Amino acid sequence: MSRAQALKAKQTAAVARIDVANLPTGGAWLNGARKAAVSRLQQMGLPARRDEYWGFTRPDLLVAPAAQAAPVLPVEAVPPFDAIERLKIVFVDGVLDLEASDDLSAENLEISSLAEAGRRDIHWAQDLYGALEAAAHDPVARPLGALNTALATEGVLIRVTGKVSRPVSLCYLRREAESDAVLHHLIRLEAGAEMTLLENGPAAARLNKVTEVDLAAGASFHHVRTQGRDHGRQAVALLFARIAEKARFKSFTLTVNGALTRNEAVIDITGDDAVVTIAGAAAGDGSDGVFHQDDTIFLTHDGVNCQSRQVFKKVLRNGATGVFQGKILVRPGAQKTDGYQLAQALMLDDDSQFLAKPELEIHADDVACSHGATVGAIDEEALFYLVSRGVPRRIAKDMLVLAFLADALDEIEDQPIRDDLKSRLQGWVERHAR
Amino acid sequence: MLEIKDLHVKLEDEDKQILKGLSLTVPSGEVHAIMGPNGSGKSTMSYVLSGKGGYEVTGGSATLDGVDLLEMEAEERAATGLFLAFQYPVEIPGVGNMTFLRTAVNSQRKARGEDELSAAAFLKLVRARAKALKIDAEMLKRPVNVGFSGGEKKRNEILQMAMLEPKMCILDETDSGLDVDAMKLVAEGVNALRDGKRSFLVITHYQRLLDHIKPDVVHIMAAGRIIKTGGPDLALEVEHNGYADLLAEVV
Repeated sequence: MSRAQALKAKQTAAVARIDVANLPTGGAWLNGARKAAVSRLQQMGLPARRDEYWGFTRPDLLVAPAAQAAPVLPVEAVPPFDAIERLKIVFVDGVLDLEASDDLSAENLEISSLAEAGRRDIHWAQDLYGALEAAAHDPVARPLGALNTALATEGVLIRVTGKVSRPVSLCYLRREAESDAVLHHLIRLEAGAEMTLLENGPAAARLNKVTEVDLAAGASFHHVRTQGRDHGRQAVALLFARIAEKARFKSFTLTVNGALTRNEAVIDITGDDAVVTIAGAAAGDGSDGVFHQDDTIFLTHDGVNCQSRQVFKKVLRNGATGVFQGKILVRPGAQKTDGYQLAQALMLDDDSQFLAKPELEIHADDVACSHGATVGAIDEEALFYLVSRGVPRRIAKDMLVLAFLADALDEIEDQPIRDDLKSRLQGWVERHAR
Repeated sequence: MLEIKDLHVKLEDEDKQILKGLSLTVPSGEVHAIMGPNGSGKSTMSYVLSGKGGYEVTGGSATLDGVDLLEMEAEERAATGLFLAFQYPVEIPGVGNMTFLRTAVNSQRKARGEDELSAAAFLKLVRARAKALKIDAEMLKRPVNVGFSGGEKKRNEILQMAMLEPKMCILDETDSGLDVDAMKLVAEGVNALRDGKRSFLVITHYQRLLDHIKPDVVHIMAAGRIIKTGGPDLALEVEHNGYADLLAEVV
């Protein structure tokens, strides 16, 4: 198949997908953004196996007309972040449930729902909806982002005007085995504003989620999310961020289980002196069902004297697959850039695989960028050291697995949140020990 | 009492015999030293006794107070009272020294059917023992051996020994890489654990460690077995004359 034929096939698939989905109407200003997204999508087509960044992860489940059914698990006795004082916003099968949510009014916060937004003039949201997504297709197309902008009717719009005392916590619940959710969140932090965003819960059998994060000068954004438990999950989460001068952006994701989880982040540092960290820990056991987890990062430095860190760790066993595709692009003039990228996998057997594609593209001469990608097994010397002190082999192994993941978890600044996730991960590791 | 009888050991993956009829007895409460040229099998002996993989026992036996060590898993040997102070203690990033120590102490207690130490009781104990070895609180908080100097690593080995209170301690070249002051500190730590019942097997290349940890018996090991056993004077003899004469006697 020629390139032109391949593109034609992708475009045809995009048109067919949009037809099946029925474009939402009645969203006033949102309609214009949706139409623009449809035409973007028709241009680039749906992702296909031959696309450069879809070679390691098959997009089929994410582009299929309908979600693949996934069993609904009972709600956990103690969900993540349970002990954290926070403002909860609840979604059920991808639909905002205001009754189950906390009062959305809080100091320095303006929260509204996307479902209502079309009927109101929310200028900042009008400027932001689909804007960072639309800007993110060069040089690599992100068609699932455009698909989301075209189809989304649910999501939250959060504008932060100062320091927010409690984290805002998005809790995704599920009731339907075949729910197919599209969520689109907008987050705008004004100059000097600070907030923490938490996300947890299964959301839907299939989830396409876009979060557009716009940080004004000196803003500080912390983001911690968990993707856990539901084995049949098919999810793509796209994070588009624009970082102005002196802003701080920190995002951490914990992934366990899931048939297909693609976490894509496109981060543009546009101002000087900004600091960005994006990190993730993933643990997958193929004996629970298919496990495929993919972190795809595209981080652009276009400001002077900025730092970026990418830290990704994956523990894989029983045929689990982990993917890391991480790129640092340093644009001309982005001098004094300090870029760091680490992707490591710990393989607990010979059946699992880790596919890594680290990339650096540097167009400035006064920068420091380093990257490392490694795959390894449990260190037998370390294991014997622990066992020789009387620690049973199984526990010693768990200690080493958790120690391996700790580097990524330590990127979470808030200690109670970090400890919460560490103990959850410890539970997972102990349940999956052999 | 540690009793090794006619122990034969080869590498698991290669046809290479390392221990060739090693026999050795360390009665309770005694300190025995083993010296010997490089490659004589001293470290292999310590690994085989403590249960490291990669070796195959082709003959002989090793017992601690009559219990067969070779049939046990490594963690069971530890719980039975065997301790190996490593020549090269392993760095383990991500595992806190305290967490490790507490897990080790309580795993052993559990294996022996004893009550586990409470967090408070453990903390009290570890602080007291660490202080005696000049190990500060900061070192205890760090990941196991990560960023430790050579001396700190060896002191950390002795701290583990003090916390685990083994019956039989094997010290594999604990003096290697230590300056004189660090060696004295480590030796003091070892001497503090001598209580008339606990036994020690000290593997060393140098007599000077034995100035600080005074042995009851000195063995010379070569080519996988003990070729000569004597009193502390034997170590002095090796220090002055090397191994050539002793090896010649055997051949």
